[in-house]
Amino acid sequence: MLEKHKKLEKNSILLLIFIIITISIGGLIEIVPLFRLETTIEPVKGIRPYTPLELAGQDVYIREGCYGCHSQQIRALRDEVERYGHYSLAAESMYDHPFQWGSKRTGPDLARVGGKYSDSWHVQHMINPQEYVPESIMPSYSHMATSKASLDDIGSHLEALRVTGVPYTDSMIENAYTDAMAQANEGEANTKDGLLKRYGKNTIVRDFDGKAGFVSELDAIISYLQVLGTMADLKDYNPDVVE
Amino acid sequence: MNPSNNNIETQDDIGTTGHEWDGITELNYPCPRWWVWIFLGTIVWAVGYWYIYPAWPVISGDSERGGTKGVMEWTQYKQLEESQSEIFSRRAENLEKLQNTSTKDVMDMPELYEFAVVGGKSAFKENCAQCHGSGGGGAKGYPNLNDDDWLWGGSLKELSKTIKYGIRSDHKNTRNSVMPPLAAVMGKDSVTKVSRYVAGLSKGSSSTAEGAKEYKQMCSACHGVNGEGNRIFGAPKLSDGIWLYGKGDEQQIESQIKSPQHGVMPAWIDRLGEDTIKQLVVYVYSLGGGE
Repeated sequence: MLEKHKKLEKNSILLLIFIIITISIGGLIEIVPLFRLETTIEPVKGIRPYTPLELAGQDVYIREGCYGCHSQQIRALRDEVERYGHYSLAAESMYDHPFQWGSKRTGPDLARVGGKYSDSWHVQHMINPQEYVPESIMPSYSHMATSKASLDDIGSHLEALRVTGVPYTDSMIENAYTDAMAQANEGEANTKDGLLKRYGKNTIVRDFDGKAGFVSELDAIISYLQVLGTMADLKDYNPDVVE
Repeated sequence: MNPSNNNIETQDDIGTTGHEWDGITELNYPCPRWWVWIFLGTIVWAVGYWYIYPAWPVISGDSERGGTKGVMEWTQYKQLEESQSEIFSRRAENLEKLQNTSTKDVMDMPELYEFAVVGGKSAFKENCAQCHGSGGGGAKGYPNLNDDDWLWGGSLKELSKTIKYGIRSDHKNTRNSVMPPLAAVMGKDSVTKVSRYVAGLSKGSSSTAEGAKEYKQMCSACHGVNGEGNRIFGAPKLSDGIWLYGKGDEQQIESQIKSPQHGVMPAWIDRLGEDTIKQLVVYVYSLGGGE
Protein backbone atom coordinates (compact mmCIF):
# COMPACT_ATOMS: atom_id res chain seq x y z
CA MET A 1 0.00 0.00 0.00
CA LEU A 2 2.72 2.38 1.04
CA GLU A 3 4.78 1.42 -1.94
CA LYS A 4 1.85 2.16 -4.30
CA HIS A 5 1.33 5.52 -2.66
CA LYS A 6 4.96 6.32 -3.35
CA LYS A 7 4.22 5.99 -7.06
CA LEU A 8 1.41 8.52 -6.72
CA GLU A 9 3.62 10.97 -4.89
CA LYS A 10 6.31 10.75 -7.50
CA ASN A 11 4.04 11.20 -10.56
CA SER A 12 2.54 14.69 -10.60
CA ILE A 13 -0.05 14.01 -13.32
CA LEU A 14 -1.31 10.92 -11.55
CA LEU A 15 -1.42 12.85 -8.28
CA LEU A 16 -3.43 15.62 -9.95
CA ILE A 17 -5.97 13.16 -11.33
CA PHE A 18 -6.46 11.50 -7.96
CA ILE A 19 -6.80 14.87 -6.22
CA ILE A 20 -9.54 15.85 -8.68
CA ILE A 21 -11.37 12.56 -8.09
CA THR A 22 -11.21 12.98 -4.31
CA ILE A 23 -12.42 16.60 -4.34
CA SER A 24 -15.20 15.73 -6.79
CA ILE A 25 -16.68 13.20 -4.42
CA GLY A 26 -16.75 15.72 -1.58
CA GLY A 27 -18.03 18.44 -3.91
CA LEU A 28 -20.87 16.33 -5.25
CA ILE A 29 -22.07 15.47 -1.78
CA GLU A 30 -22.18 19.15 -0.88
CA ILE A 31 -23.49 20.58 -4.16
CA VAL A 32 -26.03 18.08 -5.45
CA PRO A 33 -28.57 18.70 -2.65
CA LEU A 34 -28.58 22.38 -3.61
CA PHE A 35 -30.12 21.48 -6.97
CA ARG A 36 -33.18 20.40 -5.00
CA LEU A 37 -33.22 23.54 -2.88
CA GLU A 38 -36.50 24.81 -4.33
CA THR A 39 -38.29 21.80 -2.88
CA THR A 40 -37.62 23.21 0.59
CA ILE A 41 -39.49 26.45 -0.20
CA GLU A 42 -43.10 26.18 0.89
CA PRO A 43 -45.81 27.04 -1.62
CA VAL A 44 -47.53 30.15 -0.27
CA LYS A 45 -49.43 32.82 -2.13
CA GLY A 46 -48.67 36.52 -2.20
CA ILE A 47 -44.88 36.74 -2.23
CA ARG A 48 -43.67 39.29 -4.76
CA PRO A 49 -40.26 40.83 -5.40
CA TYR A 50 -39.59 44.09 -3.54
CA THR A 51 -40.56 47.31 -5.27
CA PRO A 52 -37.64 49.57 -6.22
CA LEU A 53 -38.30 51.85 -3.22
CA GLU A 54 -38.48 48.91 -0.80
CA LEU A 55 -35.28 47.57 -2.32
CA ALA A 56 -33.56 50.92 -1.77
CA GLY A 57 -34.83 50.65 1.80
CA GLN A 58 -33.31 47.22 2.18
CA ASP A 59 -30.00 48.68 0.98
CA VAL A 60 -30.16 51.29 3.72
CA TYR A 61 -31.06 48.53 6.20
CA ILE A 62 -27.97 46.57 5.19
CA ARG A 63 -25.71 49.62 5.04
CA GLU A 64 -26.64 50.70 8.55
CA GLY A 65 -26.11 47.18 9.84
CA CYS A 66 -29.62 46.82 11.23
CA TYR A 67 -29.12 43.04 11.03
CA GLY A 68 -26.53 43.44 13.77
CA CYS A 69 -29.30 43.91 16.32
CA HIS A 70 -32.49 42.81 14.55
CA SER A 71 -33.21 39.37 13.17
CA GLN A 72 -35.82 38.69 10.51
CA GLN A 73 -36.80 35.16 11.23
CA ILE A 74 -39.51 33.98 13.57
CA ARG A 75 -38.55 30.47 14.61
CA ALA A 76 -41.14 27.73 14.92
CA LEU A 77 -40.97 27.86 18.70
CA ARG A 78 -43.89 28.52 21.01
CA ASP A 79 -42.58 31.69 22.63
CA GLU A 80 -41.59 33.22 19.31
CA VAL A 81 -44.93 32.52 17.70
CA GLU A 82 -46.73 33.90 20.77
CA ARG A 83 -44.79 37.12 20.56
CA TYR A 84 -44.22 37.81 16.88
CA GLY A 85 -46.93 35.86 15.09
CA HIS A 86 -46.77 33.10 12.47
CA TYR A 87 -43.31 31.57 12.09
CA SER A 88 -41.33 32.73 9.07
CA LEU A 89 -41.47 30.70 5.89
CA ALA A 90 -38.53 30.15 3.55
CA ALA A 91 -40.71 31.59 0.79
CA GLU A 92 -40.86 34.92 2.61
CA SER A 93 -37.17 35.53 2.18
CA MET A 94 -36.63 33.83 -1.16
CA TYR A 95 -36.16 37.18 -2.91
CA ASP A 96 -33.81 38.59 -0.26
CA HIS A 97 -30.24 38.83 -1.50
CA PRO A 98 -28.64 38.54 0.95
CA PHE A 99 -31.26 37.22 3.36
CA GLN A 100 -31.62 39.12 6.63
CA TRP A 101 -32.41 36.23 8.99
CA GLY A 102 -29.73 37.21 11.48
CA SER A 103 -29.08 35.57 14.80
CA LYS A 104 -28.54 38.53 17.12
CA ARG A 105 -31.49 40.08 18.87
CA THR A 106 -30.50 43.15 20.79
CA GLY A 107 -33.70 44.62 19.41
CA PRO A 108 -36.87 42.73 18.54
CA ASP A 109 -37.31 40.52 15.50
CA LEU A 110 -38.57 42.49 12.51
CA ALA A 111 -39.84 39.70 10.26
CA ARG A 112 -43.45 40.83 10.78
CA VAL A 113 -43.00 44.47 11.67
CA GLY A 114 -44.94 45.59 8.58
CA GLY A 115 -48.14 47.42 9.51
CA LYS A 116 -47.42 47.24 13.21
CA TYR A 117 -46.60 50.92 13.65
CA SER A 118 -47.63 54.07 11.83
CA ASP A 119 -45.26 55.78 9.42
CA SER A 120 -44.94 58.80 11.67
CA TRP A 121 -43.98 56.53 14.55
CA HIS A 122 -41.18 55.08 12.43
CA VAL A 123 -40.00 58.56 11.45
CA GLN A 124 -39.84 59.81 15.01
CA HIS A 125 -38.46 56.53 16.31
CA MET A 126 -35.59 56.59 13.78
CA ILE A 127 -34.76 60.15 14.77
CA ASN A 128 -34.98 59.58 18.52
CA PRO A 129 -35.80 56.01 19.59
CA GLN A 130 -35.81 56.87 23.30
CA GLU A 131 -38.68 59.30 22.85
CA TYR A 132 -41.08 56.38 22.58
CA VAL A 133 -39.14 53.52 24.11
CA PRO A 134 -37.14 55.00 26.99
CA GLU A 135 -35.40 51.71 27.77
CA SER A 136 -34.18 51.28 24.17
CA ILE A 137 -30.46 51.45 23.40
CA MET A 138 -30.98 51.93 19.66
CA PRO A 139 -28.92 54.82 18.31
CA SER A 140 -30.46 57.71 16.40
CA TYR A 141 -30.63 57.46 12.61
CA SER A 142 -31.71 61.04 12.02
CA HIS A 143 -29.39 61.41 9.02
CA MET A 144 -31.78 59.24 7.01
CA ALA A 145 -34.34 62.02 7.11
CA THR A 146 -32.09 64.43 5.26
CA SER A 147 -30.26 62.04 2.91
CA LYS A 148 -31.67 61.48 -0.54
CA ALA A 149 -32.50 57.86 -1.28
CA SER A 150 -30.13 56.33 -3.78
CA LEU A 151 -32.49 55.69 -6.68
CA ASP A 152 -30.56 56.84 -9.76
CA ASP A 153 -29.24 53.36 -10.52
CA ILE A 154 -32.04 51.37 -8.96
CA GLY A 155 -32.96 49.88 -12.36
CA SER A 156 -29.60 48.17 -12.71
CA HIS A 157 -30.02 46.92 -9.17
CA LEU A 158 -33.21 45.14 -10.24
CA GLU A 159 -31.39 43.79 -13.27
CA ALA A 160 -28.62 42.36 -11.13
CA LEU A 161 -31.15 40.68 -8.86
CA ARG A 162 -32.83 39.15 -11.87
CA VAL A 163 -29.61 37.30 -12.59
CA THR A 164 -29.85 35.69 -9.16
CA GLY A 165 -33.38 34.52 -9.91
CA VAL A 166 -35.68 37.28 -8.68
CA PRO A 167 -38.46 37.46 -11.27
CA TYR A 168 -38.27 41.13 -12.22
CA THR A 169 -39.83 41.76 -15.62
CA ASP A 170 -38.45 44.03 -18.33
CA SER A 171 -41.10 46.63 -17.59
CA MET A 172 -40.23 46.56 -13.87
CA ILE A 173 -36.59 47.25 -14.70
CA GLU A 174 -37.43 49.89 -17.27
CA ASN A 175 -39.77 51.75 -14.91
CA ALA A 176 -37.79 51.23 -11.71
CA TYR A 177 -37.06 54.88 -11.05
CA THR A 178 -40.58 56.04 -11.89
CA ASP A 179 -42.05 53.32 -9.69
CA ALA A 180 -39.85 54.32 -6.77
CA MET A 181 -40.91 57.95 -7.06
CA ALA A 182 -44.56 56.95 -7.45
CA GLN A 183 -44.52 54.81 -4.31
CA ALA A 184 -43.25 57.69 -2.20
CA ASN A 185 -46.03 59.84 -3.65
CA GLU A 186 -43.49 62.05 -5.41
CA GLY A 187 -44.06 60.81 -8.92
CA GLU A 188 -45.86 62.51 -11.75
CA ALA A 189 -49.58 62.00 -12.14
CA ASN A 190 -50.71 58.52 -13.24
CA THR A 191 -47.39 56.84 -12.46
CA LYS A 192 -49.04 55.20 -9.47
CA ASP A 193 -51.23 53.02 -11.69
CA GLY A 194 -48.20 51.48 -13.36
CA LEU A 195 -46.65 50.69 -9.99
CA LEU A 196 -49.80 48.99 -8.73
CA LYS A 197 -50.14 47.06 -11.98
CA ARG A 198 -46.59 45.75 -11.74
CA TYR A 199 -46.41 45.01 -8.01
CA GLY A 200 -50.03 44.37 -7.08
CA LYS A 201 -52.81 46.49 -5.70
CA ASN A 202 -51.72 45.96 -2.11
CA THR A 203 -48.53 47.91 -2.66
CA ILE A 204 -48.41 50.72 -0.13
CA VAL A 205 -48.22 54.14 -1.73
CA ARG A 206 -47.64 56.91 0.79
CA ASP A 207 -45.38 59.77 1.59
CA PHE A 208 -43.71 57.63 4.23
CA ASP A 209 -41.60 60.28 5.93
CA GLY A 210 -44.36 62.89 5.77
CA LYS A 211 -42.12 65.37 4.00
CA ALA A 212 -43.15 66.24 0.48
CA GLY A 213 -40.55 67.35 -2.03
CA PHE A 214 -37.95 64.62 -2.10
CA VAL A 215 -37.56 60.92 -1.51
CA SER A 216 -35.38 60.46 1.56
CA GLU A 217 -33.70 57.34 2.89
CA LEU A 218 -36.39 57.37 5.57
CA ASP A 219 -39.02 57.04 2.83
CA ALA A 220 -37.13 54.05 1.48
CA ILE A 221 -36.48 52.22 4.74
CA ILE A 222 -40.00 52.78 6.10
CA SER A 223 -41.52 51.48 2.87
CA TYR A 224 -39.33 48.40 3.34
CA LEU A 225 -40.22 47.95 7.02
CA GLN A 226 -43.92 48.38 6.34
CA VAL A 227 -43.98 45.51 3.85
CA LEU A 228 -41.96 43.04 5.97
CA GLY A 229 -43.94 39.92 6.73
CA THR A 230 -47.13 41.21 5.16
CA MET A 231 -46.91 39.62 1.71
CA ALA A 232 -47.57 35.95 2.43
CA ASP A 233 -51.15 34.82 2.56
CA LEU A 234 -50.75 32.91 5.82
CA LYS A 235 -54.43 32.20 6.37
CA ASP A 236 -54.36 29.61 3.60
CA TYR A 237 -50.99 28.20 4.55
CA ASN A 238 -50.72 24.63 5.74
CA PRO A 239 -47.28 23.05 6.21
CA ASP A 240 -48.57 19.59 5.35
CA VAL A 241 -49.95 20.46 1.93
CA VAL A 242 -47.55 19.76 -0.90
CA GLU A 243 -48.22 21.27 -4.28
CA MET B 1 17.12 13.67 23.93
CA ASN B 2 20.52 12.24 24.28
CA PRO B 3 22.58 13.62 21.36
CA SER B 4 24.64 10.46 21.14
CA ASN B 5 21.54 8.35 20.61
CA ASN B 6 19.30 10.08 18.06
CA ASN B 7 17.85 7.09 16.32
CA ILE B 8 14.24 7.07 17.51
CA GLU B 9 13.63 3.47 16.56
CA THR B 10 16.00 2.36 19.22
CA GLN B 11 14.26 4.48 21.88
CA ASP B 12 10.85 2.98 21.63
CA ASP B 13 9.16 -0.13 20.42
CA ILE B 14 6.41 1.84 18.68
CA GLY B 15 7.85 1.62 15.20
CA THR B 16 7.76 4.30 12.51
CA THR B 17 5.31 5.20 9.76
CA GLY B 18 7.71 3.81 7.18
CA HIS B 19 8.16 7.14 5.45
CA GLU B 20 11.66 8.38 5.26
CA TRP B 21 12.81 11.85 4.26
CA ASP B 22 16.55 12.18 4.02
CA GLY B 23 17.06 9.92 6.96
CA ILE B 24 14.26 11.49 9.02
CA THR B 25 11.54 9.10 10.11
CA GLU B 26 8.29 9.51 12.04
CA LEU B 27 7.06 7.58 15.05
CA ASN B 28 3.74 5.83 14.56
CA TYR B 29 1.81 6.33 17.78
CA PRO B 30 -1.75 5.02 17.44
CA CYS B 31 -4.73 7.27 18.22
CA PRO B 32 -5.94 6.81 21.80
CA ARG B 33 -8.28 3.86 22.04
CA TRP B 34 -11.14 5.88 23.68
CA TRP B 35 -10.97 8.38 20.85
CA VAL B 36 -11.20 5.70 18.17
CA TRP B 37 -14.25 4.13 19.79
CA ILE B 38 -16.07 7.45 20.12
CA PHE B 39 -15.28 8.22 16.50
CA LEU B 40 -16.69 4.90 15.32
CA GLY B 41 -19.64 5.42 17.65
CA THR B 42 -20.59 8.72 16.03
CA ILE B 43 -20.71 7.01 12.63
CA VAL B 44 -23.09 4.39 13.94
CA TRP B 45 -25.11 7.12 15.67
CA ALA B 46 -25.41 9.05 12.39
CA VAL B 47 -26.85 6.04 10.60
CA GLY B 48 -29.46 5.64 13.32
CA TYR B 49 -30.21 9.36 13.11
CA TRP B 50 -30.80 9.17 9.35
CA TYR B 51 -33.24 6.36 9.98
CA ILE B 52 -35.26 8.21 12.61
CA TYR B 53 -35.11 11.89 11.61
CA PRO B 54 -35.41 13.77 8.30
CA ALA B 55 -31.91 13.76 6.80
CA TRP B 56 -31.18 13.26 3.12
CA PRO B 57 -32.43 15.15 0.12
CA VAL B 58 -34.02 12.79 -2.34
CA ILE B 59 -33.93 12.89 -6.11
CA SER B 60 -37.53 12.15 -6.82
CA GLY B 61 -40.62 13.88 -8.13
CA ASP B 62 -41.33 17.52 -7.38
CA SER B 63 -44.21 16.42 -5.19
CA GLU B 64 -41.84 15.60 -2.37
CA ARG B 65 -40.69 18.51 -0.25
CA GLY B 66 -37.43 18.45 1.62
CA GLY B 67 -36.11 14.90 1.61
CA THR B 68 -36.29 11.68 3.58
CA LYS B 69 -38.81 11.97 6.39
CA GLY B 70 -37.46 9.46 8.89
CA VAL B 71 -39.57 6.84 10.67
CA MET B 72 -40.73 9.31 13.33
CA GLU B 73 -41.88 11.80 10.68
CA TRP B 74 -40.64 14.52 12.97
CA THR B 75 -41.01 18.13 11.83
CA GLN B 76 -40.42 21.36 13.72
CA TYR B 77 -44.01 22.33 12.93
CA LYS B 78 -45.38 19.25 14.66
CA GLN B 79 -43.14 20.00 17.61
CA LEU B 80 -44.46 23.55 17.70
CA GLU B 81 -48.02 22.31 17.58
CA GLU B 82 -47.39 19.95 20.45
CA SER B 83 -45.84 22.60 22.64
CA GLN B 84 -48.64 25.01 21.75
CA SER B 85 -51.40 22.53 22.43
CA GLU B 86 -50.11 22.20 25.97
CA ILE B 87 -50.56 25.90 26.70
CA PHE B 88 -53.71 26.19 24.60
CA SER B 89 -55.40 23.46 26.59
CA ARG B 90 -54.51 25.25 29.79
CA ARG B 91 -56.05 28.45 28.43
CA ALA B 92 -59.00 26.78 26.75
CA GLU B 93 -61.44 26.85 29.63
CA ASN B 94 -61.08 30.55 30.34
CA LEU B 95 -60.83 31.41 26.66
CA GLU B 96 -64.08 29.69 25.87
CA LYS B 97 -65.75 31.53 28.72
CA LEU B 98 -64.32 34.79 27.44
CA GLN B 99 -65.61 34.14 23.94
CA ASN B 100 -69.11 33.44 25.22
CA THR B 101 -69.27 36.39 27.57
CA SER B 102 -69.86 39.97 26.52
CA THR B 103 -67.05 42.32 27.43
CA LYS B 104 -69.41 44.11 29.74
CA ASP B 105 -70.17 40.98 31.74
CA VAL B 106 -66.47 40.11 31.97
CA MET B 107 -66.07 43.13 34.21
CA ASP B 108 -68.31 41.50 36.84
CA MET B 109 -66.64 38.09 36.80
CA PRO B 110 -63.46 38.39 38.90
CA GLU B 111 -61.76 35.26 37.62
CA LEU B 112 -62.43 35.98 33.96
CA TYR B 113 -61.59 39.64 34.46
CA GLU B 114 -58.20 38.69 35.84
CA PHE B 115 -57.62 36.31 32.93
CA ALA B 116 -58.43 39.09 30.47
CA VAL B 117 -56.29 41.69 32.21
CA VAL B 118 -53.25 39.42 32.39
CA GLY B 119 -53.56 38.42 28.74
CA GLY B 120 -54.26 42.00 27.71
CA LYS B 121 -51.29 43.28 29.62
CA SER B 122 -48.88 40.98 27.86
CA ALA B 123 -50.36 41.78 24.45
CA PHE B 124 -50.18 45.47 25.32
CA LYS B 125 -46.47 45.25 26.09
CA GLU B 126 -45.69 43.65 22.77
CA ASN B 127 -48.02 45.62 20.53
CA CYS B 128 -49.14 48.89 22.11
CA ALA B 129 -46.43 50.06 24.49
CA GLN B 130 -44.15 51.31 21.72
CA CYS B 131 -46.52 54.22 21.08
CA HIS B 132 -48.70 54.49 24.18
CA GLY B 133 -45.89 53.78 26.68
CA SER B 134 -45.42 50.63 28.75
CA GLY B 135 -47.81 51.94 31.37
CA GLY B 136 -50.20 53.46 28.84
CA GLY B 137 -48.95 56.94 29.67
CA GLY B 138 -48.75 58.01 26.05
CA ALA B 139 -46.16 60.10 24.24
CA LYS B 140 -46.14 63.12 22.01
CA GLY B 141 -48.71 62.37 19.32
CA TYR B 142 -49.95 59.23 21.08
CA PRO B 143 -52.71 59.58 23.66
CA ASN B 144 -52.41 58.76 27.32
CA LEU B 145 -54.68 55.80 28.07
CA ASN B 146 -54.72 56.27 31.83
CA ASP B 147 -56.85 59.39 31.91
CA ASP B 148 -60.48 59.97 30.99
CA ASP B 149 -59.73 62.25 28.06
CA TRP B 150 -60.69 60.17 25.04
CA LEU B 151 -60.54 61.21 21.41
CA TRP B 152 -62.90 58.54 20.11
CA GLY B 153 -64.46 57.30 23.34
CA GLY B 154 -63.43 55.17 26.29
CA SER B 155 -66.38 52.83 26.59
CA LEU B 156 -65.82 49.11 26.06
CA LYS B 157 -67.57 49.30 22.71
CA GLU B 158 -65.60 52.27 21.43
CA LEU B 159 -62.29 50.88 22.69
CA SER B 160 -62.99 47.64 20.90
CA LYS B 161 -63.76 49.44 17.64
CA THR B 162 -60.61 51.55 17.87
CA ILE B 163 -58.34 48.58 18.55
CA LYS B 164 -59.93 46.37 15.92
CA TYR B 165 -60.00 48.76 13.01
CA GLY B 166 -57.52 51.46 13.98
CA ILE B 167 -57.51 55.15 13.28
CA ARG B 168 -56.80 56.36 9.76
CA SER B 169 -55.52 52.85 9.09
CA ASP B 170 -55.85 50.94 5.83
CA HIS B 171 -58.71 48.81 7.16
CA LYS B 172 -62.02 49.53 5.49
CA ASN B 173 -63.83 50.02 8.82
CA THR B 174 -61.22 52.36 10.20
CA ARG B 175 -62.07 55.49 12.15
CA ASN B 176 -61.24 58.43 10.00
CA SER B 177 -61.28 62.18 10.11
CA VAL B 178 -59.04 64.88 8.75
CA MET B 179 -58.59 68.39 10.01
CA PRO B 180 -58.14 70.60 6.96
CA PRO B 181 -55.28 73.12 6.84
CA LEU B 182 -57.12 76.35 7.54
CA ALA B 183 -54.48 79.05 7.37
CA ALA B 184 -55.24 79.99 3.76
CA VAL B 185 -58.97 80.29 4.40
CA MET B 186 -58.66 82.14 7.67
CA GLY B 187 -55.86 84.55 6.97
CA LYS B 188 -52.85 85.24 9.14
CA ASP B 189 -54.49 87.57 11.63
CA SER B 190 -57.35 85.26 12.20
CA VAL B 191 -55.04 82.28 12.83
CA THR B 192 -53.16 84.23 15.49
CA LYS B 193 -56.37 85.33 17.17
CA VAL B 194 -57.87 81.85 17.20
CA SER B 195 -54.63 80.36 18.53
CA ARG B 196 -54.63 82.81 21.39
CA TYR B 197 -58.30 82.12 22.03
CA VAL B 198 -57.80 78.33 22.09
CA ALA B 199 -54.74 78.63 24.31
CA GLY B 200 -56.91 80.69 26.65
CA LEU B 201 -59.71 78.11 26.56
CA SER B 202 -57.49 75.44 28.01
CA LYS B 203 -56.37 77.71 30.80
CA GLY B 204 -59.95 78.55 31.60
CA SER B 205 -59.45 82.27 31.10
CA SER B 206 -62.41 84.06 29.61
CA SER B 207 -60.57 87.33 29.07
CA THR B 208 -59.49 86.37 25.56
CA ALA B 209 -62.75 87.24 23.91
CA GLU B 210 -60.85 88.19 20.81
CA GLY B 211 -60.91 85.32 18.34
CA ALA B 212 -64.16 83.91 19.72
CA LYS B 213 -66.05 84.86 16.59
CA GLU B 214 -63.49 83.25 14.28
CA TYR B 215 -63.34 80.19 16.50
CA LYS B 216 -67.09 79.77 16.34
CA GLN B 217 -67.07 80.14 12.61
CA MET B 218 -64.12 77.91 11.73
CA CYS B 219 -63.57 75.45 14.59
CA SER B 220 -66.72 74.93 16.62
CA ALA B 221 -68.35 72.54 14.14
CA CYS B 222 -65.88 69.83 15.16
CA HIS B 223 -64.31 71.02 18.40
CA GLY B 224 -67.56 72.28 19.95
CA VAL B 225 -68.76 75.75 20.80
CA ASN B 226 -66.92 75.71 24.12
CA GLY B 227 -64.03 73.56 22.95
CA GLU B 228 -65.53 70.42 24.41
CA GLY B 229 -64.49 68.32 21.40
CA ASN B 230 -66.51 65.79 19.46
CA ARG B 231 -65.88 62.09 19.55
CA ILE B 232 -67.74 61.44 16.32
CA PHE B 233 -64.86 63.05 14.47
CA GLY B 234 -62.22 62.27 17.06
CA ALA B 235 -61.92 66.02 17.49
CA PRO B 236 -59.93 66.65 20.67
CA LYS B 237 -61.31 68.57 23.60
CA LEU B 238 -59.63 71.99 23.60
CA SER B 239 -60.85 73.26 26.92
CA ASP B 240 -58.69 71.02 29.08
CA GLY B 241 -54.96 71.04 29.76
CA ILE B 242 -54.30 67.83 27.85
CA TRP B 243 -52.49 68.27 24.55
CA LEU B 244 -51.46 65.64 22.07
CA TYR B 245 -48.70 67.47 20.21
CA GLY B 246 -47.28 69.93 22.69
CA LYS B 247 -48.12 71.97 25.72
CA GLY B 248 -50.98 73.94 24.25
CA ASP B 249 -49.07 77.17 23.74
CA GLU B 250 -50.05 79.59 20.99
CA GLN B 251 -47.27 78.68 18.56
CA GLN B 252 -48.09 75.03 18.73
CA ILE B 253 -51.79 75.63 18.16
CA GLU B 254 -50.93 77.93 15.28
CA SER B 255 -48.81 75.29 13.62
CA GLN B 256 -51.60 72.75 14.00
CA ILE B 257 -54.02 75.13 12.26
CA LYS B 258 -51.55 75.75 9.45
CA SER B 259 -50.47 72.16 8.83
CA PRO B 260 -52.51 69.77 10.95
CA GLN B 261 -50.90 66.60 12.30
CA HIS B 262 -52.97 63.45 12.46
CA GLY B 263 -52.27 60.32 14.43
CA VAL B 264 -52.44 56.92 12.78
CA MET B 265 -53.21 53.71 14.62
CA PRO B 266 -52.98 50.38 12.78
CA ALA B 267 -55.95 48.00 12.63
CA TRP B 268 -55.21 45.02 14.88
CA ILE B 269 -58.02 42.64 14.06
CA ASP B 270 -56.08 40.66 11.43
CA ARG B 271 -52.89 40.53 13.45
CA LEU B 272 -54.23 39.80 16.93
CA GLY B 273 -57.69 38.30 16.44
CA GLU B 274 -60.92 38.73 18.41
CA ASP B 275 -59.82 37.00 21.62
CA THR B 276 -56.66 38.97 22.21
CA ILE B 277 -58.43 42.21 21.34
CA LYS B 278 -61.13 41.44 23.87
CA GLN B 279 -58.43 41.00 26.49
CA LEU B 280 -56.80 44.24 25.40
CA VAL B 281 -60.07 46.11 25.68
CA VAL B 282 -60.53 44.92 29.24
CA TYR B 283 -56.93 45.75 30.07
CA VAL B 284 -57.03 49.27 28.62
CA TYR B 285 -60.35 49.83 30.33
CA SER B 286 -58.79 48.73 33.61
CA LEU B 287 -56.03 51.32 33.33
CA GLY B 288 -58.33 53.80 34.96
CA GLY B 289 -59.87 55.87 32.20
CA GLY B 290 -62.59 53.46 31.13
CA GLU B 291 -66.09 54.86 30.84
